[in-house]
Amino acid sequence: MTPRFAPGVRLQEDRARNRWMVMAPERMFLPDETALAVLRLVDGARDEAAIVAALAEQYAAPAEVIAADVRALLEDLRARGAVTW
Amino acid sequence: MVDAPLALLAELTHRCPLRCPYCSNPMELARAAAELTTAEWARVVEEAAALGCLQVHLSGGEPTARRDIVEITAAARAAGLYTNLITAGVLLDAGLMERLVAAGLDHVQLSVQDADEAGAERIGGLKGAHAAKARAAALVRAAGLPLTLNAVVHRQNLHNLPALVERALEWGAARLEVAHVQYYGWALANRDALLPTRAQLDEATRVVDAARVAHKGRLVIDYVVPDYHATRPKACMGGWGRRFLGVSPAGNILPCHAAESLTGLTFPNARETSLAAAWADSPAFNAFRGTAWMPEPCQSCDRREVDWGGCRCQAFALTGDAAATDPACALSPHHGLLQAAVTHAEGEAFRYRQYGRAR
Ligand code: SF4
Ligand code: SF4
Repeated sequence: MTPRFAPGVRLQEDRARNRWMVMAPERMFLPDETALAVLRLVDGARDEAAIVAALAEQYAAPAEVIAADVRALLEDLRARGAVTW
Repeated sequence: MVDAPLALLAELTHRCPLRCPYCSNPMELARAAAELTTAEWARVVEEAAALGCLQVHLSGGEPTARRDIVEITAAARAAGLYTNLITAGVLLDAGLMERLVAAGLDHVQLSVQDADEAGAERIGGLKGAHAAKARAAALVRAAGLPLTLNAVVHRQNLHNLPALVERALEWGAARLEVAHVQYYGWALANRDALLPTRAQLDEATRVVDAARVAHKGRLVIDYVVPDYHATRPKACMGGWGRRFLGVSPAGNILPCHAAESLTGLTFPNARETSLAAAWADSPAFNAFRGTAWMPEPCQSCDRREVDWGGCRCQAFALTGDAAATDPACALSPHHGLLQAAVTHAEGEAFRYRQYGRAR
């Protein structure tokens, strides 16, 4: 499964408040730290396994542990209309 | 320290090929020659982003009536803003669509006046507008951009709400905004011809509820009960000087796009004042910010930080006092005015706005 941003959705830097926001048509929300880490890796090219591998390396954690979190997060982001696959 | 705004409403021009009888443009339209230049708009969007705005609504009038709409869009995107084009769609063609996408446009909000050609033509006053909008919707979707349909509803088209839902699905919109007319400016002049009846509203609510269930996952419908049939007002603009900032075609920096209808306030202009200074320090932005300005019953009401006393422009239009409690609130001593207007509303003739003959 290869997640990508839903049409019109993207990450945007909030310069004035020093944070990143998920921007969507007529809607915006503040992703938590882990959601942001996943969303930064969503580019329509990396599949779920590649995202897990990248995070495992980044956080020096075992892939099995990361995998469950990533799946739950992606499902949640899909339910919120931010990503699709 | 005042919290920074989240969105900029950039009213690029008052020019528009349509002439909707509820148009939110002021009665007195800015001339094309008085409009901010491309470079001035580029500076405005950059200032807005630096101040804290995350998105810009490119609006009007009809924003694509400006020949530099692509440059302004590109400048907004380069400044780091999420760009939303609010358009009637009749000037959009494949070439322009392509250039807007290349400039980084994020989302299009297309207005519809009615569900069919005859109704749309009568209300918008432009022949062939509806077919042009259908083409515009197809261009937006073909470009891969998300589409929101904005249907302004009132007594003369509410019966077509089911058909408007069908149009939204047919045209590939992911969102449908069913927006009731707001009564100031032109709409107030046409209020008798536009105010819906209570029975119409109840039916509309039923239609929206059913459509939400039927099209779940495909179409999101935004719908709010209009002020004239409500008992509590809406938090207009999320509160004066709290979330939004508008810039008029001639550069006036406004807390709300209708704020120029309030007499007695002077608005800073982007040609002389920075958005940051206007937001933080101008008397206009501070006039109705927070709760200190509120009269009773708002002052001691526990909803004062929920609806911020409602809409200043509506309070002014109906009571002559911009600092009055919004008459949409049942606690307002002027609430009877709305009830009286609903009872009194009849007739179908519209007074049309005409560019160059505003008065
Ligand atoms: S409300 Fe109608 S006339 Fe006014 S700007 Fe929009 S499309 Fe044009
Ligand atoms: S009294 Fe004022 S604050 Fe209270 S609900 Fe009415 S408008 Fe809102």
